[in-house]
Amino acid sequence: MITLKLFASLAETHGWRERERTWVAGTRVIDLWCAETGQSGLPARVLCARNMDYCPPETPVFPGDEIAFFPPVTGGSHAR
Amino acid sequence: MPVSVRAAPFEPYAEVASHQHAVFGASGQFGATAVFVGTMRDFNEGDSVQGMTLEHYPGMTERHLETICATASGQWPLLETLVIHRVGDISPGEAIVLVVVWSAHRQAAFEACREIMEALKSQAPFWKKERLATGTRWVTGNTAGYPASKS
Repeated sequence: MITLKLFASLAETHGWRERERTWVAGTRVIDLWCAETGQSGLPARVLCARNMDYCPPETPVFPGDEIAFFPPVTGGSHAR
Repeated sequence: MPVSVRAAPFEPYAEVASHQHAVFGASGQFGATAVFVGTMRDFNEGDSVQGMTLEHYPGMTERHLETICATASGQWPLLETLVIHRVGDISPGEAIVLVVVWSAHRQAAFEACREIMEALKSQAPFWKKERLATGTRWVTGNTAGYPASKS
């Protein structure tokens, strides 16, 4: 299993904060975003983290991972 | 080098005094203490702000605060650091963040305190939602910390 999390405005927009999904071999972080939101890509102002570390959207996902998506932190911009 | 994320209000100067006493006691090994206190404003972007809710990513936030302090401790000769950050519902005038650095000399204390604060603002996952008379809004940016030439 993998755990997905949304924070702040993204959680409000999509109406959920946490859910679990079955892991599929070859899945990347960006694939999870697209599958859960129906969008074709990750918007420029959405950041992602794998196991609580910022990561690029192309990062591979493994069983037991926690993947989070959130807007830029309020303190300012964060290049991903 | 403790970091703390708290839902309850805290009194920053009492925290400085109690932590200093707990860590150093009566010893005189530190010659410089730099303190930054961030307080909630009652205005932003021309609007009166009645309060705000600060959301964080439990676990990731603490980890990043610890990394930021460890990085500063590797860059300057620090004796101790303390970071306390509020989350949840916050009212104007309440402390949001406290950063304290103890060092033997002032240059390291000043510079490390500044750097920890700026790194916190740009890296630690916190999100502000302001309460206005007309409703709520997520804050999407922040006032500049360093001059534009350095940021």
